Amino acid sequence: MDACKREVTTVSDEPGDEDAETDGGVRAYTVRLELVDEPGELLRALEPIANNGGNLLSIHHERGNITPRGHIPVEVDLESPPDRFDDIVDALRDAGVNVIQAGAEHYGEEVSVVLVGDLVDTDLSDTLSRIEDEADAVVRDLSLAAPDGTDAVTSARVRLAIDSGNADAALEAIRSLGSKKELTVVEPLLGGDAP
Amino acid sequence: MKLAILGAGDVGRSVADLAGDYGHDVVALADSTTAAVDPDGIDVDGALERKVGGQSVGSNDPEAVFETEYDVLVEATPTTLGDAEPGFSHVERALEDDRHAVLANKGPVAERYEELRALEADSAGSVRFEATVGGAIPILSTIEDETPQAVTAVRGVLNGTANFILTRMAAEGLDYEHVLAEAQDLGVAEADPTFDVDGTDAALKFVILANVLADGGFALEDATVEGIQSIPGSALDLAAEDGRTIRLIGEATREGVRVGPRLVPENGPLAVTGTRNIVQIETRNAGSLHSSGRGAGGPETATAVLSDVGRLPPL
Ligand SMILES: NC(=O)c1ccc[n+]([C@@H]2O[C@H](COP(=O)([O-])OP(=O)(O)OC[C@H]3O[C@@H](n4cnc5c(N)ncnc54)[C@H](OP(=O)(O)O)[C@@H]3O)[C@@H](O)[C@H]2O)c1
Repeated sequence: MDACKREVTTVSDEPGDEDAETDGGVRAYTVRLELVDEPGELLRALEPIANNGGNLLSIHHERGNITPRGHIPVEVDLESPPDRFDDIVDALRDAGVNVIQAGAEHYGEEVSVVLVGDLVDTDLSDTLSRIEDEADAVVRDLSLAAPDGTDAVTSARVRLAIDSGNADAALEAIRSLGSKKELTVVEPLLGGDAP
Repeated sequence: MKLAILGAGDVGRSVADLAGDYGHDVVALADSTTAAVDPDGIDVDGALERKVGGQSVGSNDPEAVFETEYDVLVEATPTTLGDAEPGFSHVERALEDDRHAVLANKGPVAERYEELRALEADSAGSVRFEATVGGAIPILSTIEDETPQAVTAVRGVLNGTANFILTRMAAEGLDYEHVLAEAQDLGVAEADPTFDVDGTDAALKFVILANVLADGGFALEDATVEGIQSIPGSALDLAAEDGRTIRLIGEATREGVRVGPRLVPENGPLAVTGTRNIVQIETRNAGSLHSSGRGAGGPETATAVLSDVGRLPPL
C-alpha cells in the first residue's frame, strides 16, 4: 500500500512470455478488489495475476475512498486469454484477496468498428447515439477521415466500450443499424485473433 | 495411378506436367473441344506444347476420356455456380464407373455437396478436393487429420486478389479503383475481377469448409457475403492509426459462413500481405493452427491435386 500513492498507477508489463497461452487472443477485464490497509497488501494481491498469464494494464486505487467495512477498493484492469481469466480470479481468491466483482464488470471490453459511407448526410450524431442505445455501448472516441470533403464518402473509426461477453450482440446491433442507414460496417474479427 | 485430366488451363496443364514426378501416368487430357487419350500414357510434353501454342490438345473427342482405362478423374474445368455443370456431371460419371475423382473445380463441392457424397457412398471410388480451398496450402488434409468434429471454426484470407488490393491500398494510400487497375496490369486481377472482389470466390471456399465441418448443408446462397468494393483508402488509414488493418476475412463454422471486410491487428497472423493466403483452424483440443502460403497458381494448385491422388486407396 505504502508504495502506491493515490489515484491511478499504471503498471506496464511485457505481455506473453508464454506464446502458446496467448494463441487464442487476449481480452481486457476489470477486477474490483477490496484490500485491507496494510503494507505490501497491494503487491500481494497483484502477484496471482501475473503468475496466471494475466497482463496488468492499470490500477485505480483510491486511498481516500474506504468501504463501510474499512477496506480500500482497488480496480485493476488487466488483459488475459479468455480461458485463463477464471484461473486468475480463482488464484486471487486462493491468495485470500477479496474479489468483489470480476469479468462481468460493466463495460469490461472495448471494440473498434470502422463505418464507411455518407456519414454526414446520414446524421453522424444520430448514428452514434443509436449505436449507444441499440448496442448498449458507450462511444469512447471517434476519428473521422473525409479526404474528399464531408459531402463524399467518409470513414469513421468508433471505439466503443461494451459489456464483457456482449461483443457479438453489440456488433449485430451495429450491423443492422448500418444496413438501415446504408453504411458499410467494418467489424473487428473476434474469436481466435485478438480483437 | 492412371490420371484422366479434364481441363487444360493453368491447373490441368500443371497436373499433367507434374504427374510423372509423383509417380503417376496421364492417360487423358482434355480441353473444351478435344482430348489426347492413350491407355499407355499420353505424350504430355507434346500435348502441352500444342495447347500452349494455340492448337488442339489432341485428336480425340473429349467424350473418349471416359471410355479409356483410368483410376482418377481430375476435374479442372471452370468453376460454375448453381448446378455446377459441366463439372458435376464429370464427377458423377467417374463415380458411377467406380473411379476416384479429385477436384480443383469448386462448384460441385460448394453447390452440390450432399449429392456428391451420396454418389461417393454408392461408388467404389472416393472424392477428394484439397485444391478447391487455398491452392497449395494443406487445409482440408489438416482438418481431416484433426477430424472435422474437433474443428470448431476456420477463419482467414482465401482470395489473393482481394488481399493484394487491400495491401496496396493500405501501403500506398490509394483508392480501390486505382489499385484494381494496377492489379490488372500486373495480372494479379483478372479482366473481370467481380468474383474476387465481391467475395464470391472466398465464399465458395468457406462454404466448402463449412460443408466439411458439418458434413454438408451449405451452398453459396447460405453464405453472408460482402466484398471490398466499398472500402475507401481512408478506412484503411483509420484502421492503421489504431494498429489494425482491413482484410477480406471468411469464417466457416457448423452454424454458417460469413465473408466480409474485417478489422484485424496489423501485425497479427491473419494480416498476410500481397496475394498470400492464410487460414486459422480453431480446434477443440489443440488450440489454433495457422497455415499460410500461395492460394492459387497452376503448379501450386497442382501439388494439392497430386497430394490428394497420393491419399487415394487403390481401386
Ligand atoms: N488457377 C488457380 O490458381 C486455381 C486454384 C484453385 C482452384 N482452381 C479451379 O480449378 C479449375 C481450373 O482452373 P484454371 O485456372 O486451370 O482454369 P482455366 O485456365 O480457365 O482452364 C479451364 C479449362 O477447362 C477447359 N474446359 C472447359 N469446359 C470443358 C469441358 N466441358 N470439358 C473439358 N474441358 C473443359 C477449358 O478448355 P479450353 O482451353 O478449350 O477453353 C480450359 O482448358 C477451375 O474450376 C478453378 O476455379 C484454380
